[in-house]
Amino acid sequence: MDALTHFLFGKLTWSAIPYHEPILVVTFIVVALIGSSVLFAITRYRLWGYLWSEWFTSVDHKKIGIMYMVLGVIMLLRGFADAIMMRLQQAIAFNGSDGYLPSHHYDQIFTAHGVIMIFFVAMPMVTGMMNYIMPLQIGARDVSFPFLNNFSFWMTVSGAVIIMMSLFIGEFAKTGWLAYPPLSGIAYSPDVGVDYYIWGLQIAGIGTLLSGVNLICTIVKMRAPGMTLMRMPIFTWTALCTNILIVAAFPVLTAVLALLMLDRYVGMNFFTNDFGGNSMMYVNLIWIWGHPEVYILILPVFGIFSEVTSTFSGKRLFGYTSMVYATVVITILSYLVWLHHFFTMGSGASVNSFFGITTMVISIPTGAKIFNWLFTMYRGRIRFDLPMMWTVAFMITFVIGGMTGVLLAVPPVDFVLHNSLFLIAHFHNVIIGGVLFGLFAGMNFWFPKAFGFRLDPFWGKISFWFWVGGFYVAFMPLYVLGLMGVTRRLRVFDDPSLQVWFVIAACGAAMIAVGIGAFLMQLFVSIRNREALRDTTGDPWDGRTLEWSTSSPPPAYNFAFTPVVHDLDAWTDMKRHGYVRPEDGFIPIHMPKNTGTGVYLAGLSVALGFAMVWHIWWLAIVAFVGMIGVTIWHTFNYNRDYSIPAGEVSASENERTRLLGAGA
Amino acid sequence: MLLVIIPVLFLTVFFAWKYRQANREARYDPDWDHSTQLELVIWGAPLLIIIWLGALTWMGTHLLDPYRPIERIDSDTPVAAGTEPLEIEAVALDWKWLFIYPQYGVATVNEIAAPVDRPIRFRLTSSTVMNAFFIPALAGQIYAMPGMETKLHAVINEPGEFGGFSSNYSGAGYSGMKFEFHGVDSQAFDQWIAKVRGGEGTLDRAAYLELEKPSENAPVRYFGATDPSLFDDVVSMCVEPGKLCLRDIHGPHGSAQAAEAHGGEGHHSWAPPDALEYDKTTRRGGPMDAHGTNEAAMDHGSEEEH
Repeated sequence: MDALTHFLFGKLTWSAIPYHEPILVVTFIVVALIGSSVLFAITRYRLWGYLWSEWFTSVDHKKIGIMYMVLGVIMLLRGFADAIMMRLQQAIAFNGSDGYLPSHHYDQIFTAHGVIMIFFVAMPMVTGMMNYIMPLQIGARDVSFPFLNNFSFWMTVSGAVIIMMSLFIGEFAKTGWLAYPPLSGIAYSPDVGVDYYIWGLQIAGIGTLLSGVNLICTIVKMRAPGMTLMRMPIFTWTALCTNILIVAAFPVLTAVLALLMLDRYVGMNFFTNDFGGNSMMYVNLIWIWGHPEVYILILPVFGIFSEVTSTFSGKRLFGYTSMVYATVVITILSYLVWLHHFFTMGSGASVNSFFGITTMVISIPTGAKIFNWLFTMYRGRIRFDLPMMWTVAFMITFVIGGMTGVLLAVPPVDFVLHNSLFLIAHFHNVIIGGVLFGLFAGMNFWFPKAFGFRLDPFWGKISFWFWVGGFYVAFMPLYVLGLMGVTRRLRVFDDPSLQVWFVIAACGAAMIAVGIGAFLMQLFVSIRNREALRDTTGDPWDGRTLEWSTSSPPPAYNFAFTPVVHDLDAWTDMKRHGYVRPEDGFIPIHMPKNTGTGVYLAGLSVALGFAMVWHIWWLAIVAFVGMIGVTIWHTFNYNRDYSIPAGEVSASENERTRLLGAGA
Repeated sequence: MLLVIIPVLFLTVFFAWKYRQANREARYDPDWDHSTQLELVIWGAPLLIIIWLGALTWMGTHLLDPYRPIERIDSDTPVAAGTEPLEIEAVALDWKWLFIYPQYGVATVNEIAAPVDRPIRFRLTSSTVMNAFFIPALAGQIYAMPGMETKLHAVINEPGEFGGFSSNYSGAGYSGMKFEFHGVDSQAFDQWIAKVRGGEGTLDRAAYLELEKPSENAPVRYFGATDPSLFDDVVSMCVEPGKLCLRDIHGPHGSAQAAEAHGGEGHHSWAPPDALEYDKTTRRGGPMDAHGTNEAAMDHGSEEEH
């Protein structure tokens, strides 16, 4: 009987369900209630068919982009819940109090927070932005490999699902977000947490890598006629560099996690203490991925800020050429700095100096970008709509984060501040103040393009002020604490004089919670008032690039006729030279067809990941064989494309003509 | 750096205000997108700053290298000729610090003392996972890693009680991995050594293997005597009897000779596998079962059912 149970369920037993942990039980009940009411609503309003055929199986880059954003927002709520729990624990665990979280739980929370925020919030949202905007900016009808795009998205979802499963079945890693061995090895982390980590990231990583290949291909091969490399919109440039970074860096992550997996599953010794394993090899490899990863997140966002600054200043981007070179230089330099994450592991002074100096050198192109935005504003006529507000907040905040970054790049300083809350404040300063502010700028900027109506500015401004204010209240105290020598990942504290700073930081986190709430409210109010916020022109901000030349939301085929590009800001150029929109002569358009294969493969990969985590070998084999089978089956799917008839194209284009006429 | 930061912050606010849409006075020049002079300044000025900062970094990093022996006890006092640095060997255990004073043959847990103005030479390692050794009042931090030895040179200039801790997360008991560092005059230091001598008996291999078992918020302990080769054996992961020392594998004679010394059969170039095992016998909870799971650890989350 035991043998049978063990065969069927592997390591999985009833004790893996954390029903003795009240916090998790309550979380589960809340998640279950929300989840089942969403499922009920979908069933009640008969939306399953619509969701399946219009969204889940869609190969349209725009819909996939939106789904990435939705994934990012959902995971933001989870990642932020972790943040609030940590802030609360650290605010109360003083004067002999143990706080409310035992180490078993707290250590999972800070690991999950980092993993989720980087891999399942920032990455999907950045990828979503690139997916949605880039093909429109280059005048393409879709990405190079539309099915691959759908598959990539669903693999990212699979990774997120596996990470979320660990909340209620078993546990997550208690290692910190990069899972340094030997701590993450089987000897010191014998539970399933690290396995969830490995499989969640490996599966999501496949999606990220394939999406990188896809987007590079798209940019290289599918630009509109006339769009030379040096006429590409700056966001597309940053997307190109980002995806090159993805394709070059993510295989390193995949390899290093595969090695860790071999250590854990089959008793190999790459990173163990015994049999000649070397844990520092892991640290080097993971940061060779990890540092470029930082630029994978920030570069597209630099692109967003460039587009926003130029559009809302009503002016050409200052120093486009130097902006492009700055981006390329950052792309290359990002591979030459990884050791600055571990100056304190005993490399010699010369090695540390080298990596410290390369790190500082990155601040030169980054600084050039800041100046270019400044001089784009100079002699502009700046409209302070939400995207521009986020941009100005970014410029001020990011400069502070950049300065603390250069400080940390000086090895003697890092010997004091490494692993401290100063470091934590620094990277939240650049990730919130940079990536997140940029994503909000981008969402407010391009939302009308994606949905045909603007986001409500009132709730947007509330969200903006609470986010920006909350950021400063939450993280400035951490700079102070870091300078006082307080390190990260501590659960309890001795020195009562520190408590006030943690309480202030917790208040900041509460302000950010209001900011997130206001953002959700902004979405809700905007959808409710969509008629009042409607934009029929397709160009609500007087945009400069091609995405604004089509309707909002764009038709499935994006452009009835492929635009021809003569200048950098192609749409501004067209508007200035009296571009006349063709109103007849439409021809059928050849488009890719939806397929459910991506969903099937991703579903099987969840089963594979889960089976591997719990050592349920039969299920792993079935899922893996199933994936191979579905892949082979898909190669026989010859029903992969269709033509939008000319009549349909002209119907939707005539509707746009009518709306433009009514608006004029 | 502030030479760049402050103008940028100022210009951001100033441009944002001056070129606001409502200000029709401000010049509007929608096609102005290039200025060679400005480009030279925005690339050149930061470049010059970084060249200067880079030179400072190079010098500072070499000067303050933790591996570099102390040459001056403060900015203008060189170390007196013939001063012998105080040697302290630190081992990060789960979750406490073991300090061995090889010159005095004593050891402590979670407490160290050093005489003011006498250079200290730390040798650091760890028994299981990565930790970092950090006394903010004394010097920068450096990692303590299993199977590896790191070094730190420092000197304390003022008497006092200072806190030290691990600054790299190492598992459940990490928050409690703290110790006291006493900066004392040489007389008080001798008294402290005498106090330690009067502590528990000898920290021999058996006592070490008992000590390295995981414990949280461990109390201060004193050991009056130590096994002189203990630290080197911890680094070489061969405190436990029957284990092959790393130094013999990586040492000048290579693995064949080490295996020979261990097993006696010269023509076999490998050692018995269990002599190389370290993690697998393991240090956190009992030995692992056939499925590779650690029963003690698996039970951790499910005590209520049993």
